[in-house]
Amino acid sequence: MAQAPTTPPAVVHQEEHEKTTTGLNHKKLLMWAFLASDCMFFGTLIATYLVYKGKSKVGALPEDVFSIPVTSVSTFVLLMSSMSMVLAYAALRRGSLKGFRIWLLSTILLGSTFLGFQVFEFYEFVNHEVTIDCHEFAANPDGFSPFEAGIAGDECTEGVDEYEGTHGLTPRTNLFGTTFFTLTGLHGTHVTIGVIWLLGLFFYSFKKGAVTPARHLDTDLAALYWHFVDVVWIIIFPVVYLFGVFEGFPT
Amino acid sequence: MTSLSVPMIKRPVHPVGAWGWITTIDHKKIGIMYGITAFINFLIGGIEAIIMRAQLSGSNADIVSPEVFNQLFTMHGTTMIFLAVMPLGAAFFNYLIPLQIGARDVAFPRLNAFSYWVFLAGTLMLHLSWFMGEAPNAGWFAYAPLTSTAFNPGHGVDFWIVSLQVLGIASLAAAFNFIVTIINMRAPGMHMMRLPLFTWMTLITAILLVLAFPVITVALLELLFDRNYGMNFFFTAAGGDPVLWQHLFWVFGHPEVYILILPAMGIVSEILPTFSKKPLFGYSTVILAGVIIAFMGWLVWSHHMFTVGLGPIPNTVFTITTIAIAVPTGIKIFNWIFTIWKGSVEFRTPMLFAVGFIVTFTIGGISGVMHAMSASDAQQQDTYFVVAHFHYVLFGGAIMGIFGALYYWFPKYSGKMYNEGQGKTHFWLMFIGQNLTFFPMHFLGMDGMPRRIYTYGADMGWTEVNALQTAGSIVIVLSVLVFMKNFIQSWRSGKQAPGDPWDARTLEWSISSPPPEYNFEEIPIVQDRDDWWARKRGLVPRIAPSGASGDGHGIHMPQPSFWPLVAAIGIFVGAWGVIYSVPVLIIGAGIMIFGVYAWSFEPVNDPESEASTASGDAN
Amino acid sequence: MALAAACSDPHPQSTFDTHGPVAASQANIFYIIMYAGLVVFIGVMALLIYTTIRYRRRYNDKDPEQIHGNNTLEIAWTVAPALLLVAVAVPTIQTLWNNSISPEPAAMTVHATGSQWWFEFEIEELGVVTANELHIPVGEVINFVLESTDVIHSFWVPKLAGKVDMVPNNTNTTWFKADEAGEFFGQCAEFCGESHANMRFKVVAESREDFDAWVAAQLADSVVPVDPLVQQGHDLFMSIEAGCWACHTIRGSANAFGQVGPDLTHFASRRHLASGIMENNHENLVRWLTDPNDVKPGNVMSRDAAVYNDPDQALSEPQVAALAAYLRSLE
Repeated sequence: MAQAPTTPPAVVHQEEHEKTTTGLNHKKLLMWAFLASDCMFFGTLIATYLVYKGKSKVGALPEDVFSIPVTSVSTFVLLMSSMSMVLAYAALRRGSLKGFRIWLLSTILLGSTFLGFQVFEFYEFVNHEVTIDCHEFAANPDGFSPFEAGIAGDECTEGVDEYEGTHGLTPRTNLFGTTFFTLTGLHGTHVTIGVIWLLGLFFYSFKKGAVTPARHLDTDLAALYWHFVDVVWIIIFPVVYLFGVFEGFPT
Repeated sequence: MTSLSVPMIKRPVHPVGAWGWITTIDHKKIGIMYGITAFINFLIGGIEAIIMRAQLSGSNADIVSPEVFNQLFTMHGTTMIFLAVMPLGAAFFNYLIPLQIGARDVAFPRLNAFSYWVFLAGTLMLHLSWFMGEAPNAGWFAYAPLTSTAFNPGHGVDFWIVSLQVLGIASLAAAFNFIVTIINMRAPGMHMMRLPLFTWMTLITAILLVLAFPVITVALLELLFDRNYGMNFFFTAAGGDPVLWQHLFWVFGHPEVYILILPAMGIVSEILPTFSKKPLFGYSTVILAGVIIAFMGWLVWSHHMFTVGLGPIPNTVFTITTIAIAVPTGIKIFNWIFTIWKGSVEFRTPMLFAVGFIVTFTIGGISGVMHAMSASDAQQQDTYFVVAHFHYVLFGGAIMGIFGALYYWFPKYSGKMYNEGQGKTHFWLMFIGQNLTFFPMHFLGMDGMPRRIYTYGADMGWTEVNALQTAGSIVIVLSVLVFMKNFIQSWRSGKQAPGDPWDARTLEWSISSPPPEYNFEEIPIVQDRDDWWARKRGLVPRIAPSGASGDGHGIHMPQPSFWPLVAAIGIFVGAWGVIYSVPVLIIGAGIMIFGVYAWSFEPVNDPESEASTASGDAN
Repeated sequence: MALAAACSDPHPQSTFDTHGPVAASQANIFYIIMYAGLVVFIGVMALLIYTTIRYRRRYNDKDPEQIHGNNTLEIAWTVAPALLLVAVAVPTIQTLWNNSISPEPAAMTVHATGSQWWFEFEIEELGVVTANELHIPVGEVINFVLESTDVIHSFWVPKLAGKVDMVPNNTNTTWFKADEAGEFFGQCAEFCGESHANMRFKVVAESREDFDAWVAAQLADSVVPVDPLVQQGHDLFMSIEAGCWACHTIRGSANAFGQVGPDLTHFASRRHLASGIMENNHENLVRWLTDPNDVKPGNVMSRDAAVYNDPDQALSEPQVAALAAYLRSLE
């Protein structure tokens, strides 16, 4: 083999579009590998949730705290954010930087709205109010969930007409609280990172030439991540919320 | 672009000395740093093992307290698996993969540096637990609920959790990097079925890592939340199930076993053809067997749990899947032997290690099948029979392979020749020592000696065999000393090595030893599976590369950077914060975010730096 | 006689020296796979050694023929091992299922409970509660229900049957039968903390008559002290200062109903103490009572009992002697 030259050959600036074996950009391939890894991450969390489903010994259960209408709205909001992300990307490829920014901003707002819903929901669960009509409990104890019946049994003593008190669900309350907050909390963390990423992209787009129809890779990667996080929620919503509340779903 | 970068410290351009190593993003330097750090860890893990062997050398010995003994076996297992064998593999991935596929660096050079520094941070975290007086003591498997604060107060288990999380970040980052590098940076003509076997096994290992580590990440998070925030995942009074931990741990843990052994299989598949002067027998079969082993590795985890009481149906299923995995493993062994068959076999030190690997790994494989028999495994589970089995696989397998690699590629990475006589002495001492240490463990296990006991009575009939094993372990120590002498002396003052001392077959031997910073002056055009061999023997026509150098450009090498180190320091500080205080965690997170921010706005090559102004033909 | 044989047994936990059908069937499977493995190993090694010697490089060797593979051969060494493995899998799975449920009705069910670091055995149907030493009738199937009060332990008597774990929140079952009389060593096989190595027990298999006599003796209340030293030890045991009664039960006594530690009603009838790690004699008992942490590091008694964790309240030598005398009177 030839001797190594004493001075290295000239060094040049790296191109945006590096030549790769598959033609796929390095970063995009990295993103796909990362998402595969993240699938296992959420898969394990969901598996843990399912293993412990119905195994809580005390405290509130899904049917006691979930509000399907509220979470349906937040799910819809997150779905819409995926759509606006698609539109942002499409606008960019079309060459409309203005359209890109509008749709990107709306994605950010929708994502933040979802996070707002989650904060609200967590707050509601932690400060869950229980109101029990003791006369109704005496007349029809079967109409109460085991959780409420337990509270009623303790609180509905002689002469109490109605009981009202806070019986919150926290990560320490029971297995449901532990697994629910961990799963949805880590999903929320992913959404938060996504929102910060998109915000960064939004400001970056004001730098001249940073985001153009030809330089769309940064947007492409952010969009991939965003859709992934959305898809994870599409699994969490039925598995955790719907199966948790409606009878007849597998337990 | 530079307007957004952090202009506080000037970017190093051609740093020299220690600074050159600290800021390097050259895969070869990173590989050497990985190798040296991991070898020091191997020595530390070895010292831990020797102390345990001393304690067990006689009945009712009183060399260490039971608490220290428990810390020793926990740390020995964790150190050897996560800090020695995995990163020794990573050292060779780093050094060799770009050379074997005809690339100038990995896909993400700075991410590569980041992997190393984070690995170092995790290493320091784990070892420092000794100095904090709180080494983890629950075993490398850390079965719940022994890890709960009720049974394990103090920070030992927290150290274990946090170190493994940090090491997980390092391993994942490296795995992403190697997947992209191998898939995307192959030289022209190097299609997948021409990749060297070591590169193939690296790719499979990296895929396993990417899929297996998140599982342990979640399990560790759950344990961390239990211990520090009072959650209930493994809190039995709230209904938590200790068996869930075992499932999560072994769903990760079994693929992890293949993460440890597949690189060694790749190494052996490189050494045997070179010293037999024959191509690997059944190249595609060996790869396919590796892929099947990796896939099957996901379907056998409950064979670690045959006595947990899962019932006869799961035990039957996992017996069958575990037995099935022996088939592709057997295929590999026969293919290796037939690689030698009708060859021209030269017994240099690497070849001795490769053949030694076949012997010991076969023993480990057979005792593995014995364990797969769930009916009789009820007797062997958690006894020294298991210890014998996995030391044959991990020491006789992974470590033997790695030593083979250390000799085989020694000329390449050091530029010098090692001392052949000392190398052979090392092999024979190590081969005898390990069989003396680990083979009698089979008998101890069948004689009813459980694992992880710090002492045993004189009436148990285990004393003589244990003494023999301790003697064997001293022979292993001697062999490692011989290696170190040879290694250090030869690197310092060995004979200058030619580019291709073994008349080898793959691309890394087509360049000088050690290779120049940019590896290949001209990116080769690959025309054969053993391209270098074919070129040397004139079996393929010589094709001139398309341009004068590289792809028609000058050779562009990414510039050094210190931001990966800064980000890793942030992770190290933050990890301490997780254990000791939230403010420190926030400071660490701040440093990390700063590092990552500066890194992400730092171009791979700074167009304004002097390096590029010096370039003659910049386009 | 059987006892004498057991005591001099050089390999008290050997899994080859089986004394019951479960262990025998497991050893049988082991022999099958061991011999199969040995044949494979010898075959592979013979091939390897022949190859490496036969094809050593000779001076002036030319390049060998570049053989890339051989499909027939590769199919052969895929199919042949697969067939061999199927052949050994069949008896394994058969044995696994045979051993999962006892083939004949059980003589009794023992609830075995693991705690750090001792075993409790309760035979509900007979009303017997004992610790670390279980008596069983020879030739009769004994069912076990395995539980744990703290961490995971494993229940294992190598000469009678393979191990089954004791997992908190998971109730496991197993069974075994002793074919002949004898004393069989058992040991916890799952790492369970500091004194995991010191968590052992004994199974004493004896004739039906001896077993019935043992049960009758176990059911009796403890003897009332007569000897003054024993009386002194009894008073100390039941005192507020020593507080032994708070954790240990001695049936027939006034106030010892503690549930934390082993039942001591018939302590002196057991052959070993401190969960099977040493012979139950006066000398060892004094050693145990003087400093239990020295014998079994980390044990709950050393940690929680005031006489052991507070040097000011430590037992004096005469007190230890009195306690030992009392405990050794509990036949």
